Amino acid sequence: MTPLAITASTLTTALGAGRAATLAALQAQRSGLAPLRFENLPLATWTGEVEGVDAIALPDKLGAYDCRNNRLAWLGLQQDGFLDAVDAARRRWGAGRVGVFLGTSTSGLLQTERAYRRREPGGALPADFHYGPTQNTYSLADFVAHALGLSGPGWVVSTACSSSAKVFGNAARLIAAGLIDAAVVGGVDSLCLTTLYGFNSLELLSGDICRPWDGARDGLSIGEAAAFALVERESAAPQSWLLGIGESNDGHHMSTPHPEGAGAIAAMCAALADAGLSAADIDYINLHGTATPSNDTAEDRAVASVFGIGTPCSSTKGATGHTLGAAGGVEALIAMLAIENGLMPAGLNVQQRDAELHLNYLLDNNHAPVRRVLSNSFGFGGSNASLVFGGVA
Amino acid sequence: MTALKVWVQGIGLLGPGLDSWASARDVMRGVQAHATAPTVLLPPARLPPAERRRAGAAVKLALAVADAAVAQAQVDPSLLATVFTSSSGEGANCHALCETLATPTPMVSPTRFTNSVHNAAAGCWHIAVASRASSTSLCAFDGSFGAGLIEAVTSVRLSGQPVLLVASDSPYPEPLHTARPLPDHFGTALLLTPEPSSQSLAQLVVTLDASPSELSTCDDPSLESLRHAVPAARALPLLAALARPRAKQRIVLDYLPRLRVQIDLA
Repeated sequence: MTPLAITASTLTTALGAGRAATLAALQAQRSGLAPLRFENLPLATWTGEVEGVDAIALPDKLGAYDCRNNRLAWLGLQQDGFLDAVDAARRRWGAGRVGVFLGTSTSGLLQTERAYRRREPGGALPADFHYGPTQNTYSLADFVAHALGLSGPGWVVSTACSSSAKVFGNAARLIAAGLIDAAVVGGVDSLCLTTLYGFNSLELLSGDICRPWDGARDGLSIGEAAAFALVERESAAPQSWLLGIGESNDGHHMSTPHPEGAGAIAAMCAALADAGLSAADIDYINLHGTATPSNDTAEDRAVASVFGIGTPCSSTKGATGHTLGAAGGVEALIAMLAIENGLMPAGLNVQQRDAELHLNYLLDNNHAPVRRVLSNSFGFGGSNASLVFGGVA
Repeated sequence: MTALKVWVQGIGLLGPGLDSWASARDVMRGVQAHATAPTVLLPPARLPPAERRRAGAAVKLALAVADAAVAQAQVDPSLLATVFTSSSGEGANCHALCETLATPTPMVSPTRFTNSVHNAAAGCWHIAVASRASSTSLCAFDGSFGAGLIEAVTSVRLSGQPVLLVASDSPYPEPLHTARPLPDHFGTALLLTPEPSSQSLAQLVVTLDASPSELSTCDDPSLESLRHAVPAARALPLLAALARPRAKQRIVLDYLPRLRVQIDLA
């Protein structure tokens, strides 16, 4: 692909709101995970809950969209001068030439879960429940387009945990096809009962803090996040470059990765080919690394088969939790921070490295120039996406 | 505006009173009135027995139209990239999960949770046809068909490979039905190719249209009410045009409030 300029970006996770707070936490090797507080649910697990989401008030004109997911989106949009950057792009290209492609897995589903707890005596949902602007999967992109005053093409990608990696592909394709000149991409996912109880039912939720690449890892910690990037057809001063995208399917199982990571290998190879790079050109890999036994084993094999075992890599989910549909966007932003700051972040919470896993998994921060990063995102339904980012130097 | 040219090589259709593309041809051409009847969903023959038993309505619907389009186009589905688009998902499954989660100590079914993802149909299809090709699953509320069509034609043009577009919607049971009243299941699939072949049924030139050009509608009042009621059925004017080949036809479909999709057929 023709490298695509990323001209602004921001992320809000359990590590904090904005890029500076995220970078400080990564530098300090601090995790944002804590024992579950959300809704006082009786589940023994840890989560990466974002501070202050409940207190967010949406502007009156956007009140119909009020739900936890859109509040988190709104909090995220306020950081890092992102609103000003989008405003400049809107004036430069025209509101109709800026697209909005965002990923989420559960959108405002929490609103529906809460409504089901408040059903009328006859079974009806309460009158203040509004399906379209909250529960519907598209709610997020509709809300963000309205909040930013954008009227270009847009949609939500909902392919579980690869969603907000794949949106970079939508933007790149529509820009290449000439349909748009710029796009807001990223993802937002927020805590809800479906994912907490759902992953618990699959025995994929850790009872402790998640420990990617640990020999005793026993599942994930769910997080929530908002991550956004502005991509433009051309820029005099980009923040970083999107160099390549690879997408594939496992075609194997709905909730278990292919044991040899066949689909993951296809995605990584496609991303390298799209970028016109070889494995040796990648300085750091941000792994999907969910800390489920099967994911980390399959990903270790898949990465080793493409890169060998020398390339420094880590999962940052020990810091942010698994932010599901937002994970691809969050880790794209971490990849950009890694490049800008020469920081390969450590994989946190490892007590005893899994001796069966062979990659060069970073247990401490590594400070060195980072020119190019590959970021992996894999999801239920066997959906895989790998992205390659590069610096501006 | 950029125009994106693709060819249609296969069509799948399933909806109320519309059992297949072949059997619905006369209705779509306007020589026979549409007689509505509940959509008939069959277990997907392609899925292994265990997955077939677990398949919900949305998976059955999407796989049925995908299968039909691939069969008509006579292409190998194991190599096909796919774009799935739906405004809703597995409504009955969503309702059952929300009911369970409203109890004091929820016991969620792992199968229900796995099937709750928006890409459940895409995941099942790629397992069924053993395909590692890329796939995406989109939603743009009432504009979901337009979103899927734009993503699919863009992918066809840039990859130079065929893409299978599958647009489908299934209703929610009460109480969600009142909040989102979709009357019945409706699905359609288009096998789109970058070059014409002896099997091509029509050429489509797709553009995004920000000017207020007139929206295409269905002449048949029953189809027109279906078009209004189900987001995936916003495709009906395009399907009607595909059913009655003429020298030149222009179709304008709903997408977003300030954006329509214009399709020139030849």
